[in-house]
Amino acid sequence: MDSKTKEYPVIWLQCATCTGCLISILNSVSPTIKNILIDEVIPGKHVSLRFNATVMAGAGDLALAIAEETVRKQKGGYLLIVDGAIPTAKNGIYGSIGEKNHQPVSMVERVVEFGKDALAVVAMGTCATFGGIPAAAPNPTGCQGVKELLESKGIDTPVINISGCPPHPDWFVGTLASILLSGLPAVDQLDDFGRPLPFYGKLIHENCQRRAYFDEGKFARKHGDPGCLYELGCKGPITYADCPTRLWNTGVNWCVGSGGGCHGCTQPEFPDLVSPLYVKTIEIETAPNK
Amino acid sequence: MGKIIIDPITRIEGHLKIECTVENGVIKEAHSSGMLFRGFEIILRGRDPRDAQIITQRICGVCNLCHAMASTLNLDSAFGLADKIPDNGRILRNLAAGLHVVQDHILHFYHLAALDYVDVTKVAKYEGSDADLNSIKAFIGRGELGPFVPRYEGDYRLSDDLDRAAVSHYVKALEIRRKGHEAVAMLTGRIPHTASIVPGGMSEIPTVDKIASILWRLNELRSFVDNVYIPDVLAVAGVYADYFEVGAGCKNLLSYGAYDLEGKNPDYTRRRRLFQQGTISADLKLQPLDLSKITEEVRHSWYESNTSKLHPTAGKTVPADEKGGAYSWLKAPRYDGRVYEVGPLAQMVTTYAGGNSMVKSLVDSTLAHFKATPAALFSVLGRHAARALAAKYIADSMGEWLLQLQPGEPTFVPYELPEEAKGVGIIDAARGALGHWVEIKDKKIANYQCVVPTTWNASPRDDSGTPGAIEQALIGTRVKDEANPFEIVRIVRSFDPCIACAVHLITPKGSELGRFRIF
Repeated sequence: MDSKTKEYPVIWLQCATCTGCLISILNSVSPTIKNILIDEVIPGKHVSLRFNATVMAGAGDLALAIAEETVRKQKGGYLLIVDGAIPTAKNGIYGSIGEKNHQPVSMVERVVEFGKDALAVVAMGTCATFGGIPAAAPNPTGCQGVKELLESKGIDTPVINISGCPPHPDWFVGTLASILLSGLPAVDQLDDFGRPLPFYGKLIHENCQRRAYFDEGKFARKHGDPGCLYELGCKGPITYADCPTRLWNTGVNWCVGSGGGCHGCTQPEFPDLVSPLYVKTIEIETAPNK
Repeated sequence: MGKIIIDPITRIEGHLKIECTVENGVIKEAHSSGMLFRGFEIILRGRDPRDAQIITQRICGVCNLCHAMASTLNLDSAFGLADKIPDNGRILRNLAAGLHVVQDHILHFYHLAALDYVDVTKVAKYEGSDADLNSIKAFIGRGELGPFVPRYEGDYRLSDDLDRAAVSHYVKALEIRRKGHEAVAMLTGRIPHTASIVPGGMSEIPTVDKIASILWRLNELRSFVDNVYIPDVLAVAGVYADYFEVGAGCKNLLSYGAYDLEGKNPDYTRRRRLFQQGTISADLKLQPLDLSKITEEVRHSWYESNTSKLHPTAGKTVPADEKGGAYSWLKAPRYDGRVYEVGPLAQMVTTYAGGNSMVKSLVDSTLAHFKATPAALFSVLGRHAARALAAKYIADSMGEWLLQLQPGEPTFVPYELPEEAKGVGIIDAARGALGHWVEIKDKKIANYQCVVPTTWNASPRDDSGTPGAIEQALIGTRVKDEANPFEIVRIVRSFDPCIACAVHLITPKGSELGRFRIF
């Protein structure tokens, strides 16, 4: 009941998404998702999740009204999180959220409506950052990432990209905590793709537990073999993320650890320019169905 | 006559809109529409077939592991490996899928469905020492109640004690389902979107330390299912017992079965599975599964009418944007020309009728608890109870599987990519019958079709005009308060819809929906 608690309104909009980003965030360990939503995740500061269709109690117009009210009354004072790409083909008819005047409101309109007056947009996941899987060739719905869409509409709200399919919960929580503690990240704290450097600053390959095998020329020839997974298509050598040191799901494992290899899911090239996924990187020439 | 339109339906996966026409307080017409199209089958065409299990996981980040399973079974069958997966690989896959589904059922009840029955704001008056409840009390005191308010008002019936217990379990369930995901990730690298489930088996090798660690995470899940989840479902059902008579639906159930108990029969419709393959109706007589009876009808969907009634192996997706009489972006899958519901209720009832003693005792004791007959299963609460009992049945089966693993032994069989092949992969996912079909030409995907659980459940009317399963469950329901239509959302959520799955292949025509509105 601390009256000095500062509320940070957040609207979380889900577009052409599989909801995997949100499920990944539910796996945050410390703080837990409960700490993030209920408690003061940073002392004196509380994240007020006004709209998120997967978790919120209300439905329909009732639910959307509170998001619309936040946008109207708190210009520049709320954070917009977007997961999923935005389908832009045919005036955005491939995806809509709610209605106005008995007509569906496209995801393009929603991202513009909620994004133009936001303090910043956090683009969650490779779909929202770079288009990702729904934008894969032949991109049937004209999917774009948030930054590309907003720029095409002349909107200059800052966009912070948290790529990954899905992103690690720490990448999101760490970025959120950083915003609450010290404001939006400076340009030199982001990489060329607008991603926070602490999480995306190094190649998977640099810190990989199987790196010694690579250096010794010991390569796995089939799934389940010990050795470097490069010959099986591992995209660690061209993928930027801290998975090898951070590990996943409370640190129990990661893609390379399981022998499956890295699929390059944090990269703008995912999936077309890193596939076929089980062909070694140097032999991939073009996207498979371009 | 009035319309109730709920868009978006929240606390489900994906973008769903429900429109109901209400006359004298009773739902006369119901239409469900998915509001997103991504075109996965189109994206898959021309790709390396092995990439399908990575790409199709992204159909849904909630059910991703189920898509990985259906896709690898599909590729196994296309590559001629359906009867050659090493037992170690088969069991690892079962464990990954089972752990995933148990955490998913917990997630559905507590984090998607419960807020229809539980009033979080009652915790404001809590005067005890539970740390979670006190932190929620502090949260309420700050006055910013998102994401728990706004909501429908007027029908939260739990006593203060039950209500607080449920809120406390909502928080506990977040931790338990996370631990379920940890156990999955030990076998799959990470989750959502796993790395190790591949055609030919698994890339992960079981080790003794992993087996022990998974066993104790499993024990935590089992304890939660037995001591919290099932008691909570029973308690909620006791207070909202009228929902045993709401949302019956079509009363035809279909299950593909799940969790292969042997790997030598290449026919997935016949191999021994933990859940029984088959179809069943209110007479509770089990019928064998025949995949050739599946068709997709499109008279009320925006597709060319000459593509109607095709089997998924011959499936076509030809948009017909201006087609009159269409109102949905989903096709209408039918089995033997009839509407079928899929999901944990179908899994439990087919397995019950198949004579499984553990499932019989679980179902019979639950029915006895409520002094109910099997007819009560076809209802909102029947679906929730079946989901909880299915979670227990899976969780209780997994300890033995863990001990069957051979540490350090192979989980994968090498293969050659075929020039040309056809495949099918079927499994009951968390939300029901999931089928993937592939045709390979020149070592590339020529055609890939998925018929997913929510397409069965949320389908529109078929060629004969018969409404889909959720539509049927809504029609005839009395809505007490049209401004707070609890009945509609409780019915819809009892199916645990997953719209990202259902609309992966539909074609959009958003503006056309206006044609069907009556205001």
